[in-house]
Amino acid sequence: MFEAVLLTVITAATPLLIAAIGELVVERSGVLNLGVEGMMIMGAVVGFAVANQTGSGALGVVAAIAAGMAMSALFGFLVLALVTNQVATGLALTILGIGFSGLIGEAFIGVPGLKLPELYIPGLSEIPFFGPVLFQQDAIVYLGFALVALVAYGLFRTRLGLVLRAVGDNHGSAHALGYSVIRIRFAAILFGGACAGLAGAYLSLAYTPQWVENMSAGRGWIALALVVFASWLPLRVVIGAYLFGAVTVLNLHAQAFEFDLSSPFLSGLPGFVTGAIEIATTSQFLSSLPYLATILVLVLISANRRLTLVNTPACLGKPFVPDR
Amino acid sequence: MRIELVKRKEHSQAMLLLSPLIAVALTALAAGIIFLISGHNPLIALYKFFIEPLTQQWSLEATIDKATPLILIGCGLAVCYLSNNWNIGAEGQFIFGALFGSALPILYPDFENVATLPLMLVFGALGGALWALIPAVLKTRFNTNEILTSLMLVYVASLLLDYLVRGPWRDPGGYNFPESRIFSDAATLPDVFGGLMSLSTPITIIIAIVLALVLAKTLKGFEIRVMGESPRAGSFAGFSAKRLTLFSFALAGALAGLAGTMEVSGGLNQLLPTISPGYGFTAIIVAFLGRLNPFGIIVAGFVLALSYIGGEAVQSAMGVSNKIASVIQGLLLFFVLACDTFILYRIRMVSRRVTAGETSHV
Repeated sequence: MFEAVLLTVITAATPLLIAAIGELVVERSGVLNLGVEGMMIMGAVVGFAVANQTGSGALGVVAAIAAGMAMSALFGFLVLALVTNQVATGLALTILGIGFSGLIGEAFIGVPGLKLPELYIPGLSEIPFFGPVLFQQDAIVYLGFALVALVAYGLFRTRLGLVLRAVGDNHGSAHALGYSVIRIRFAAILFGGACAGLAGAYLSLAYTPQWVENMSAGRGWIALALVVFASWLPLRVVIGAYLFGAVTVLNLHAQAFEFDLSSPFLSGLPGFVTGAIEIATTSQFLSSLPYLATILVLVLISANRRLTLVNTPACLGKPFVPDR
Repeated sequence: MRIELVKRKEHSQAMLLLSPLIAVALTALAAGIIFLISGHNPLIALYKFFIEPLTQQWSLEATIDKATPLILIGCGLAVCYLSNNWNIGAEGQFIFGALFGSALPILYPDFENVATLPLMLVFGALGGALWALIPAVLKTRFNTNEILTSLMLVYVASLLLDYLVRGPWRDPGGYNFPESRIFSDAATLPDVFGGLMSLSTPITIIIAIVLALVLAKTLKGFEIRVMGESPRAGSFAGFSAKRLTLFSFALAGALAGLAGTMEVSGGLNQLLPTISPGYGFTAIIVAFLGRLNPFGIIVAGFVLALSYIGGEAVQSAMGVSNKIASVIQGLLLFFVLACDTFILYRIRMVSRRVTAGETSHV
């Protein structure tokens, strides 16, 4: 039972983890891309469509990454070359992505999908309990962990990471030192797009191997909140993603605990308590938990000024026009 | 050779007017290409999408119907965006307002008199304002990002609506369908001008005009614009950013909630699990296309309303998916934002790398 719950938590957390780690890099470079949801849903539909047409899950994943990158390139062109408002442009990307995915996906509604195979890591997968949970997953789950390690190392232990953070903290100085702010930011945006596309592919090729319109259901937005939750630190993204993964699957598992309100245990309780239990166990309330949890977490984190101010990229969301 | 942006000394007046028009033209061009790729005659499709709905009485009525909530929500959002408050949860405020406004006819169906409708509208605006004040209060008290919280509340509001129409508010005589009871005549917004439009349209236009006057002629309007363009200058003038955040969110929420109530009372006449085809999100595009100016928003509301009707039209006439409508809406916002760049900047071609000293004082 516990093992099964843990498995669903991992699958629910993986798309959040991957999308959030990509957005973290984008924000560290000083750009706020609110289009994660749009890039993710495009990744989901393109990944599904290509896998369905070619019969190859791997090709689907590659196509999803490419779709996410293409969307992010559009965003990058607007905010970097045309210096448009980042918030509005990100919103536009989400609206466009949801629209386009609906159009592309219309032909694939109800079409049986292709599920990525689980890769059993030899030896490790036979460890009792930990084996099945950690080492019998599909490639994207492993890739997600690799990405976190890569980003954590890259951002804080390499020269490129230092430059990227410098661009995000003070684009004027970075430019004066001779670094191309625009080029570095564009690369970061593309990385974010690739991650969001991959997260989308996970949704339509592993999490629920089918295409459902709007299947990302706000996960892109939750990923954005996770970056704030993690106060822009890669390892904290993992904690956040798993926390939210757990909240997301509550709905799934709570149905196993049908509360019988007429049972002798509960019949003695006052009316408002049974009423509250009744509402708290409705599927709608359980479905709203991830969104409510996001709000709660954002409040707790942002109320702590010290925690947020230290790591927030100082130039986040600010436009940059090179002064030649 | 390179292309670079050079900041203009003043806003380009020509681009200020032209930019939305160019954006619409570019969107039509892009839509034509999409029609062509999907194997349809682009000219016929564009005609059916953008022009034909305006030539027939019923589709004109439908366009007015759709434009009304978009304009009302867009006006409120404009106040938010002008003052640098990123409320993107108007869809949730629309839904919650509709719930608040519908409580009266659903819970007290026997309360039928002249006060019913005005009370519903007031409740609707109140409900929308309360829902919008949640992210505003969280922003002012805890410094929480209002973009994310306002959006999260959209999901919560639509789940709440879903719960109510399937649970406590379901029509007792409705054979278990997920819908509320039908509103009585006293709770129904009447049609005006010989049935051409619901009363909600003139109400909306009047609100838009009043808002335009407030923004252009009053101290409050000045405060909104100053705080958006230069919060520091505004704070020296004694304006409070926090109070303005609360004000702009409450106003946007109230207008969205009013729109929601009028939609339910005038159009649907009952609550259903879904009461909006994404008006709250489309209104964001309306606000930007309308240059955050209520008069512009009235025009923009009709343009975006046309995209809904046009989407249905090309689907029934040519078999193109009506999903094309939301693609066109997204493209439109992209083009508007891109074109707006040229209000502040002009493009210059540079043949060789110019040294730093030469241009830095332009």
